[in-house]
Amino acid sequence: MNEQAKTVRGAERYKAGVMKYAEMGYWEPDYEPKDTDIISCFRITPQDGVDPIEAAAAVAGESSTATWTVVWTDRLTASEKYRAKAYRVDPVPNAEGQYFAYIAYDLDLFEPGSISNLTASIIGNVFGFKPLKALRLEDMRFPVAYLKTFQGPATGVVVERERLDKFGRPLLGATVKPKLGLSGRNYGRVVYEALKGGLDFTKDDENINSQPFMHWRDRFLYCMEAVNKAQAATGEIKGTYLNVTAGTMEDMYERAEFAKELGSVIVMIDLVIGYTAIQSMAKWSRANDMILHLHRAGHSTYTRQKNHGVSFRVITKWMRMAGVDHIHAGTVVGKLEGDPATIRGFYDTCLDEHTPMNLGNGIFFDQPWASLNKLMPVASGGIHAGQMHQLLHHLGDDVVLQFGGGTIGHPAGIAAGATANRVALEAMILARNEGRDYLNEGTDILQAAARNCLPLQQALEIWKDVTFDYSSTDTPDFVPTATAAA
Amino acid sequence: MRVTQGAFSFLPDLTDDQIAAQVNYCIANGWAVSLEFTDDPHPRNTYWEMWGHPMFDSNDPAAVIYELNECRKAYGHLYIRLSAFDSTHGWESVKLSFIVNRPKEEPGFMLERQESRGRTMRYQTRTYATGKPEGERYQT
Repeated sequence: MNEQAKTVRGAERYKAGVMKYAEMGYWEPDYEPKDTDIISCFRITPQDGVDPIEAAAAVAGESSTATWTVVWTDRLTASEKYRAKAYRVDPVPNAEGQYFAYIAYDLDLFEPGSISNLTASIIGNVFGFKPLKALRLEDMRFPVAYLKTFQGPATGVVVERERLDKFGRPLLGATVKPKLGLSGRNYGRVVYEALKGGLDFTKDDENINSQPFMHWRDRFLYCMEAVNKAQAATGEIKGTYLNVTAGTMEDMYERAEFAKELGSVIVMIDLVIGYTAIQSMAKWSRANDMILHLHRAGHSTYTRQKNHGVSFRVITKWMRMAGVDHIHAGTVVGKLEGDPATIRGFYDTCLDEHTPMNLGNGIFFDQPWASLNKLMPVASGGIHAGQMHQLLHHLGDDVVLQFGGGTIGHPAGIAAGATANRVALEAMILARNEGRDYLNEGTDILQAAARNCLPLQQALEIWKDVTFDYSSTDTPDFVPTATAAA
Repeated sequence: MRVTQGAFSFLPDLTDDQIAAQVNYCIANGWAVSLEFTDDPHPRNTYWEMWGHPMFDSNDPAAVIYELNECRKAYGHLYIRLSAFDSTHGWESVKLSFIVNRPKEEPGFMLERQESRGRTMRYQTRTYATGKPEGERYQT
């Protein structure tokens, strides 16, 4: 299908009136993207009767220089350079009426170091465009030159581990529950018990900011008492993600400064604060030796459905550029959306030096990361100690495993819940490193560890039947081809 | 108390065979294994004393266990940790670290609080053992 419409050139191109986008220079099937181009892959669903090539050209046009009619003022610019160019349109496997459109954008279309500027073009007007039923941004390829204009993660996985003195295993965390309603004093109790019991981190939830039942200063003070007490009780560095999300940047800076003054190693923000605010907090975090945790509050409104919105792999890329240190990226086995291959794609995007194209994991492009720091993925939501072998298998070593209910809901208390998780994790790492088939022997490994650890015995017993076995919505469109060896 | 630094502090102390299996894993990954000891396990005490250089060129777990036992002969009353270092670009840091020897009694840490402006508190963690001069800590 990559033929048909041809670009009209010369004076004809600029005659007043309406012209097809594909004829205006937004469809260039012979175009070879430059190394310095930004490339987007969109899933387009044209309205009935709309030619997919014209739809792709329209997306290119509306996300770069075009308006609905010809304008003579194009001739005052190097307009051919500034036009985004759709150069490839493929039908989506097993999805009638949907197409993958590849569009290349010249680097000069974008302000250096600004996610807001990038997104204003790429997901600006175009998502409401009438000739399309639906539109999804599947993936993006960023040139090294552009990545180098971004700070990247304020701390990064390696320095985070060095600063916390924790190597060779996933980090462990828990979100304080109930997420709303606890007073500062009661909240700090949960933090202390969980950290003393063996977790590395506890976490504010996304919607804990400064409410009538607990104002932010009170929470910060009690939490840091808990952190320091647990640190002295164990000899280990501990942290709690103090959520500094607030109504204004001024309030966020005030809260972050107070967290710093109290000696916290980490602060937290929510995705809903917006890209500019995220970049500002990343810059603040770099300047103040702070780890920056991002909770992806709100993302499922646009990442989950396959035909419309923005894939989370793109959000992950933007967030690695914007400069956060932690991002919730799925659990595979927990209670929230997450197909294993798709989640692997997110994790690779966080952690790789160079992410190779891998359609089976939903990765459409080779992506060099230009030495931007690595971003620590966080797995949170409906996970427990009995799944430790599966978690390690799917998620690897560089991840924060957050057991909220799986810590606080332990029958013998919060500290026991934390200990159960830590023992399960250490036993699994030990076995994996010893070369055991830990995925298949996982249950035996956990049972053996539980013989020395009553809290783990209790955890395995109470949650033994808990699984969340539902099919995922956001899955890759390409199935890896079986090879002779496989 | 029990200092829970390192990857395996919540498990029963590892036997030498278990330690050797971990060393084997490190060597197979191309990481350099090293031993370090200290009489001050403060969580912010980054630089423990080195027992020689990291063993960049050793591919024999038995050699590491031999060195560990030599180190134990000299400093068996202190903390000893085994670390594995990965020099791959993009990491260039420690990949695994765990305690392989600890004092019989671990006195732990004192948390000191200094009440400051407003309700702000300044915290200081002090290693009880460092109340004694170097060389006299953990002696029974």
